[in-house]
Amino acid sequence: MASIISVKGLTKTYDTGVEALKPVDLEVEKGEILALLGPNGAGKTTLIAIICGIVNPSGGKVTVDGYDIIDDYRKTRAMIGLVPQELATEAFETVWSVASFSRGLFGKAPNPAHIEKVLKSLSLWDKRKDKIMTLSGGMKRRVLIAKALSHEPRILFLDEPTAGVDVELRKDMWQVVRELRDDGVTIILTTHYIEEAEEMADRVAVINKGEIILIEDKDVLMRKLGRKQLVLHLQKPLKSIPAALKPWHLALSEDGLTLTFLFDPEGERAGAAPLLRKLDELKIAFDDISTSQKSLEDIFVGLVSDRT
Amino acid sequence: MNLYAVAAIYRFEMNRTFRTLWQSIVSPVVSTSLYFVVFGAVRAGGPSEIDGMPYGAFIVPGLIMLSLFTQSIFNASFAIFFPKFIGTIYELLSAPVSFVEVIMAYVGAAATKSVMLGLIILATAFVFAPHLAILHPLLMLVFLVLTSLSFSLFGFIIGVLSKNFEEIQFIPMLIVTPMTFLGGAFYSITKLPQPWQTISHFNPAVYLISGFRWTFFGKGDVPVIWSLAFIFGFFAVCLVIVSWIFKTGYKIKV
Ligand SMILES: Nc1ncnc2c1ncn2[C@@H]1O[C@H](COP(=O)(O)OP(=O)(O)O)[C@@H](O)[C@H]1O
Ligand SMILES: [Mg+2]
Repeated sequence: MASIISVKGLTKTYDTGVEALKPVDLEVEKGEILALLGPNGAGKTTLIAIICGIVNPSGGKVTVDGYDIIDDYRKTRAMIGLVPQELATEAFETVWSVASFSRGLFGKAPNPAHIEKVLKSLSLWDKRKDKIMTLSGGMKRRVLIAKALSHEPRILFLDEPTAGVDVELRKDMWQVVRELRDDGVTIILTTHYIEEAEEMADRVAVINKGEIILIEDKDVLMRKLGRKQLVLHLQKPLKSIPAALKPWHLALSEDGLTLTFLFDPEGERAGAAPLLRKLDELKIAFDDISTSQKSLEDIFVGLVSDRT
Repeated sequence: MNLYAVAAIYRFEMNRTFRTLWQSIVSPVVSTSLYFVVFGAVRAGGPSEIDGMPYGAFIVPGLIMLSLFTQSIFNASFAIFFPKFIGTIYELLSAPVSFVEVIMAYVGAAATKSVMLGLIILATAFVFAPHLAILHPLLMLVFLVLTSLSFSLFGFIIGVLSKNFEEIQFIPMLIVTPMTFLGGAFYSITKLPQPWQTISHFNPAVYLISGFRWTFFGKGDVPVIWSLAFIFGFFAVCLVIVSWIFKTGYKIKV
């Protein structure tokens, strides 16, 4: 896959001294939906804001479709639509006029048919003559999306698109996103909800404290993260894991009473049934056995806390 | 050049003007009328003529200038400050527009509004001073447009640098208005005793008002060429400042 956004060694230190981005490298593939997953303050918004031209980078280089975001800002910005995290809207303008305004601002000739299509896809058509201040929060977010789509961007950034959004809008939004992806639009969304990344993304990048600590196809990640745990409560404590159990990469609790085994769907490690047979062979008795699905959330927390 | 963007911003700003027509146009006209009424009433005890001009006519150019200065600054500064304040500036910053285009649009719209305002005040003035004549109408328009443009540009800079509404109001209210009053809007500085006459020559407003008055009556406190030089110089300085602001992103980008 060709990459459409290429971020190399990007850093940002704000005037306050906050190091929002350590050197970040990232390749976004053409036509994919990439989720940037990370806790608050991880640097997601900063990364997006630099690519869009809102924040000055401290160092590094970003190209969009081969063009440098600073030297060729006209070309790169014309390709990008941004739905910001904050609900910043005009008050007295109508929905129709702000969407048309955005299209002009991004250098496109007026095209009422396109604006109409965008407003209809976001269920804003009935509200086109309404002043924005009369709209609810969810409707305002739709307006922001409409503005971002008004100039037919090839890349769409959605910064925490579902924060404080009702189910209805969420459904509409994902529908719009899927249609855009089918049209070949590259979509980068940030979220701190794992389900959202799960639901929508082709790939997931995990960002924490200004660093991308993992980037992976969602399916691969899910398989890895979706590993089941087998927890065995032993009758007698073990001092150490017997050598014969090596192939299972078990973890022994400090009191020596609990053995934890991670199922490996990839089949690289030995399976659970042979493990139980082996334990029997070794006469290691257990009085309880439980399995649990390790959630994305757990893994995510694990990943993030590893770095602290 | 992204002319669609210039047009979009310009139209947006002009819509704002027409939406707030009452504040934009009516209130300066009312306050100008008040000046005429008040100064007309005071005139009974003061000079009835200055430099051979009836006092009612004499103050017209100064009054127009006063409105142009304060309204241009206020409109342009508000136009760029407000998006910063409510956060919609993100769109401007992420758009494929250059600073030249942003300025053309914002300053162009603010200046358009000021020129309209100046002409409306002039029309109002004819009601109060029916014998008012304009000796050099074309040059008068040139001064009107140049003053509107440079003060809109100046206002744009103030709007970019301001952190709150108080700061926006500070320069027009506490610097420009007093300077205009002391700059011969309502009297001729040639009538001032020394050393005030000399001191007045350091007041930029003197050059602007004098030049504008010259286009009406063919007489001013300073040679008209100085006035023209001053207005161009002021415009150039503002352009330099604003291009530096955009180059560095100072106070706009972090
Ligand atoms: N304008 C700013 N000035 C100073 N620090 C900032 C600014 N914006 C963000 N930060 C800091 O940079 C870090 C990353 O913030 P942000 O990019 O908003 O993270 P996220 O979007 O992942 O929540 C945080 O520590 C935040 O406080
Ligand atoms: Mg954020």
